[in-house]
Amino acid sequence: MAATAHLTLEEIRKGLSWRKQLDKLFIAIGLALLFGCLGILAILFFDLVRDGAPRFGWDFFTSFPSRKAENAGILSAAVGTMLIMLVTALVALPVGVAAAIYLEEYAPKNWFTGIIEINVTNLAGVPSIIYGLLALGLFVYQFNFGQSVLTAGLTLALLILPIVIVATRESLRAVPKAIREAAYGLGATRWEVTKDHVLPYSTGGILTGLILGLSRAIGETAPIITIGALSFIAFLPPSPVTGEFPFLNFEWLMSEFTAMPIQMFNWVSRPDQAFQANAAAAGAILLGMTLAMNAVAIWIRYRFRKKISW
Amino acid sequence: MSTILDPQTATQPRQAATMQGETRAQGSDTPSLSIVMEDRKASRANPAKASADKLNFWYGANQALKNINLVIPEHQVTALIGPSGCGKSTFLRCFNRMHDLQADTKYEGAITLRPDNVNLVGPETDPIEVRMRIGMVFQKPNPFPKSVFENVAYGLRLRGINNKTELAERVEKALRGAAIWDEVKDRLNDSALALSGGQMQRVCISRALATEPEILLFDEPTSALDPIATAKIEELITELRQRVTVLIVTHNMQQAARVSDFTAFMYLGELVEVDATSKIFTNPSKKATEDYITGRYG
Repeated sequence: MAATAHLTLEEIRKGLSWRKQLDKLFIAIGLALLFGCLGILAILFFDLVRDGAPRFGWDFFTSFPSRKAENAGILSAAVGTMLIMLVTALVALPVGVAAAIYLEEYAPKNWFTGIIEINVTNLAGVPSIIYGLLALGLFVYQFNFGQSVLTAGLTLALLILPIVIVATRESLRAVPKAIREAAYGLGATRWEVTKDHVLPYSTGGILTGLILGLSRAIGETAPIITIGALSFIAFLPPSPVTGEFPFLNFEWLMSEFTAMPIQMFNWVSRPDQAFQANAAAAGAILLGMTLAMNAVAIWIRYRFRKKISW
Repeated sequence: MSTILDPQTATQPRQAATMQGETRAQGSDTPSLSIVMEDRKASRANPAKASADKLNFWYGANQALKNINLVIPEHQVTALIGPSGCGKSTFLRCFNRMHDLQADTKYEGAITLRPDNVNLVGPETDPIEVRMRIGMVFQKPNPFPKSVFENVAYGLRLRGINNKTELAERVEKALRGAAIWDEVKDRLNDSALALSGGQMQRVCISRALATEPEILLFDEPTSALDPIATAKIEELITELRQRVTVLIVTHNMQQAARVSDFTAFMYLGELVEVDATSKIFTNPSKKATEDYITGRYG
């Protein structure tokens, strides 16, 4: 040991300055790439806003599609998208959370659950049109749900199920073992530990996962075209809430529908230049909806994180 | 009161002891050493609350406990000491079947709980039933991210107690019993995570006490705490002996000497020696014990 001559101060400084320059180089490259990506997104967004600018206005939101570009609006598409998202969320949340709880808390760790886990993860990568074909065969022809809001909602729920399951499992896993042990130590059953502790403490992560899933589903076009969404709908589904007892109405589930991406697709494919502005405006609104949902997800995560710290 | 205890043998003295303990906890005077020593002598002849008989335990193929025989006297503090990996925490966790939460573990032999002679580690015994009778305080304070009140009330709620008045009474009693009532009585609805480490640990002790366990297990309860918080917890443990049988794992030999009546030294999964704490620390009969307590353990 004593034989090793240590570095002189000069050598240390020389070596260090080179290493620090490498550090700075990495920061520069990273920032350049980051701003490149963000820049492209920003240009896209502003381009849509600029092209669609003449169409923004109250009429655009309250009008049905029309043969005349200047009269056409997104009312039926926006309402259709919202109802589909409602069905998707109501189906994907309980199913996804239940599946995740089973896999994370109950399932024994063996080859069978291993296969299930790998498949759940792989499902996230299945092309969305495959889900559309599945839904066409299963929901439309087999169950006779028709080309309805229900079919579209179920299809998109299947599509985002892997996202919800993976996000839920991760947030369940984030609950420390010590908390589980504390509850078990008091004599809780597995279900009591899950319902009283693990689930409440991971709500933030679960909702974040759901919203990220929904913000993917909201822009999906291929599967709902496959199941046969109409692109020209000049009526609204029956309202889910009514003035008379029992105040809820489920006819809208079976109603035909259109959705934002379908409406855009329809307008983009029109030869008339005036419809391009409509498409751009609808695109900007759709992008805005997605960004707003992501913002909500971030806000929820922040709120729950503040209350809980391990 | 707890209905699981045999009323004839246990309830009467326990009630008396509890009241005594509470008076002490409320007053600021600490029990003097002489009182503690007197207690120890007086209770030397306490009957067994539990006894391990030929207890073996495996994590998979790895045998972690080898043929452990140990008697835990009622209303006494028994300390488990030994180097890291000697199996003392493993042994402690057998008492409330914490190992059952992990796959591929195996018990053999018995831990018999008196007076009803239930084998705590027997395959026929429901681990949840065991955990309802035997409380545990963990190494790192692990309050639920809920209010102080809800933390302490949780075990009671699990037992079907939802009456507000009763919950409030028993939560207060448990918090007084863990000498933390005065510090938290105005913040019962605040998050338990806002407390200091030592306060959190005492809330965790209250949480375990609230359900009136027959044995309270402590797994290195002060290893994450500063010396002042440690002193408070130690004082509390010596007082708890009045109301509950205590089994404590500690890395800190001074702590074992301060809080316990009996000390068991474990090494490589075996119980080397068990005796009155004063004897273990002054005149151990085994060479290995002496080496360990004098710091010569290699």
